[in-house]
Amino acid sequence: MLFFFQNVVNALQWGSFYALIALGYSMVYSILMLFNFAHGDIFMVGAYIGFGIATALLALASLGSIAVPGWVILVLTILISMFLTSIVGIIVERVGYRPLRDAPRASAAITGLMIGIILETGNLALMGAQRVRFPYLIKGETYNLMGVYITNKKIMIVLVSVALMLALHQFIKRSRWGMAMRAMSFDFVIVPLMGVPVNKIAAMTFAIGSALAAVAGILFGVAYPVLDPYMGIGFGWKAFVAAILGGRGSIMGATLAGFLLGFIEIFVAMVFPSTFRDLIAYSIILAILVFRPHGFFGEAHSAKLRL
Amino acid sequence: MARNNATVSESAAAGYFERLLGFMRGLPILAWLAGALAAVILERLVGEPLAVALGFSKVPMLFGLVIIMGSPLMIPSVLAYLAVIYILPILVCGRFLGAAADRAAGKLMRLPFVITVLFYLALVFLILHIWSGISDYRLLTLKLTLIAVIVTLSLNLINGYQGEFSCSHPGFMALGAYGASVFSLVLFVDDKIFGLPYLPAWLGPFLFPLGLIAGGLLASIGALIVAIPSFRTRGDYLAIISLAFLFIVKSLIENVEIVGGPRGLGSQPDWANLPTVFIWTVLCVWMINNFVRSTMGKAVNAVRDDEEAAEAMTVNTRRTKMINFLFAAFWAGVAGGLFAHVLRYVNPGTFGIKKLAEVLAMVYFGGLNSVVGSIVGAVSLNLLSEALRPLQIFKWIIIPLLLILIMIYRPTGLIAFREFNPRKILSPRKNHEGDA
Repeated sequence: MLFFFQNVVNALQWGSFYALIALGYSMVYSILMLFNFAHGDIFMVGAYIGFGIATALLALASLGSIAVPGWVILVLTILISMFLTSIVGIIVERVGYRPLRDAPRASAAITGLMIGIILETGNLALMGAQRVRFPYLIKGETYNLMGVYITNKKIMIVLVSVALMLALHQFIKRSRWGMAMRAMSFDFVIVPLMGVPVNKIAAMTFAIGSALAAVAGILFGVAYPVLDPYMGIGFGWKAFVAAILGGRGSIMGATLAGFLLGFIEIFVAMVFPSTFRDLIAYSIILAILVFRPHGFFGEAHSAKLRL
Repeated sequence: MARNNATVSESAAAGYFERLLGFMRGLPILAWLAGALAAVILERLVGEPLAVALGFSKVPMLFGLVIIMGSPLMIPSVLAYLAVIYILPILVCGRFLGAAADRAAGKLMRLPFVITVLFYLALVFLILHIWSGISDYRLLTLKLTLIAVIVTLSLNLINGYQGEFSCSHPGFMALGAYGASVFSLVLFVDDKIFGLPYLPAWLGPFLFPLGLIAGGLLASIGALIVAIPSFRTRGDYLAIISLAFLFIVKSLIENVEIVGGPRGLGSQPDWANLPTVFIWTVLCVWMINNFVRSTMGKAVNAVRDDEEAAEAMTVNTRRTKMINFLFAAFWAGVAGGLFAHVLRYVNPGTFGIKKLAEVLAMVYFGGLNSVVGSIVGAVSLNLLSEALRPLQIFKWIIIPLLLILIMIYRPTGLIAFREFNPRKILSPRKNHEGDA
């Protein structure tokens, strides 16, 4: 039983990475009707930018001999790399996706795939093939809650993720930009006629998605401090499946599906030999998709894939 | 007025270029093939001494493309080699044999069409055989390119003709590769995993086609897992379900210890020689071309263009989609089986996201909904991939960048929606009806 709750804690942490990345996929899919296959690599870019900023800040702090607490540096790292990664996301949208807005959607998907490869290879060329170690920022402390061991890192990761998702939900529901985004996901063609700047909304969608992915990257770096250029592939594609599982256009759905995927993976590894993890997790997902193809919170009417 | 002001040399140059183009268009395929045959024979005879004289250590492998990328100082030598060995024979044959070739092409067309096509295919095979005979590298590249043609054609059936976005092709290739490998190993090879062979070894090359078909059928059965759930719905769900299928197949193979798991499966017999691969490629092109030009192929296009309208026009959309998908998966399985036997080793890691990106790149680069496009895409991307090898890591920046440019300026690929009509291609350029 204790083992079960221990794994619940692990699954919450693992799932929050998927949830944060899946949010980016889901938003882009619902608002711009395209699969952004480069998103997993933006997660990787965010992690590397965070690594760079954290290293720079630590060096600055030690130069100035100021005793800056680790969590301050972490907060600064998160904020600055959210900003920088959102710029990367905006550039990706401008260069890769805007010229293809009227093109068949599969072409945009291929472009995304290629941009992802360029990001990976660029990283490999710049940083070399060696994996980098995310700097040590937070002292790990373990709390024993009725026999279940919870580290402060896990608590922080889950809290930060949930807080960001709630913030995003409020933004979409309450603000004017959020309303514009929801309108665009309803009808892409009419919305510009109503005075909504489509290019700005598209850029904003990508910026928000990339910022969330950057947070996921930094939190991943805090939890598992080894980064390599191909880390985005595994997370990216699985988060993509989670986003679709949650349903088109649903923030809540993407979040829940991300956590669900985390739960499925951790609990499958708990019960079966760990080499079966992908096999059983994806079989479960396939089964869910067979019976509910539009996802948990998606609607049954679906847009035809026009090529 | 502008035309009058043009200098004499400019108009002469433009006229010369147009005459050259007209001359080239007037040559039948037979003349080009004869020129290519002369070129490869010439290369066999004098290639090595010429290359050494120009400063290379051996014959430039891939038309000197790799050398151009690797050591730019040798570009003049490469151009000289290309001019002497390749361009000169083709031009000479075109110039002097052009008329005779046209008449011969006319006579060939009067034979039963099957004989004509077989003659041309034999000629092409002869050229490829002589060209690749010089080195093992050329042979391997040629075989892998032919296999890539099969894969690209099969994916084009789903992505181009049917208009869906399918991510499961590496999974089909994996199933085909392992299916064919297990068939060969169990029946013909004294293997430590599978034990003694059941059949004598000399029977192997004759039953190899059965093994490939077995792999293809295994891939088709796997395709059912993707097809049945996704064709009940409309929209983007094929992408997700096929992606899940890809991960499932990869993980499944990694967990089945009897076929080696992640370590892979090796020691397939060396039956995938150039004639075998060439014949299978020709079979694939022929069958897929016939399929897409038939009523069934038109039905597939109709399903892509408007499924409800097709349903209203008596097209059984569900059956059409299933047949198309399973047919494509079959050929992907055959390609996987050939791939396993060419490399004589296969492991599940080969059939992951990277392979998916490569295969999608070949289809979208060459062109959707077009047999010619697929062949062009597969050949050019393979050649490009080999030629850019000296650039090492920047290869994977240049190729994606090239593909992004193609997607922006020609979203459906280089040669899309073009029909492949062998009769038109092989026919003589001038009407020789009156000749004896």
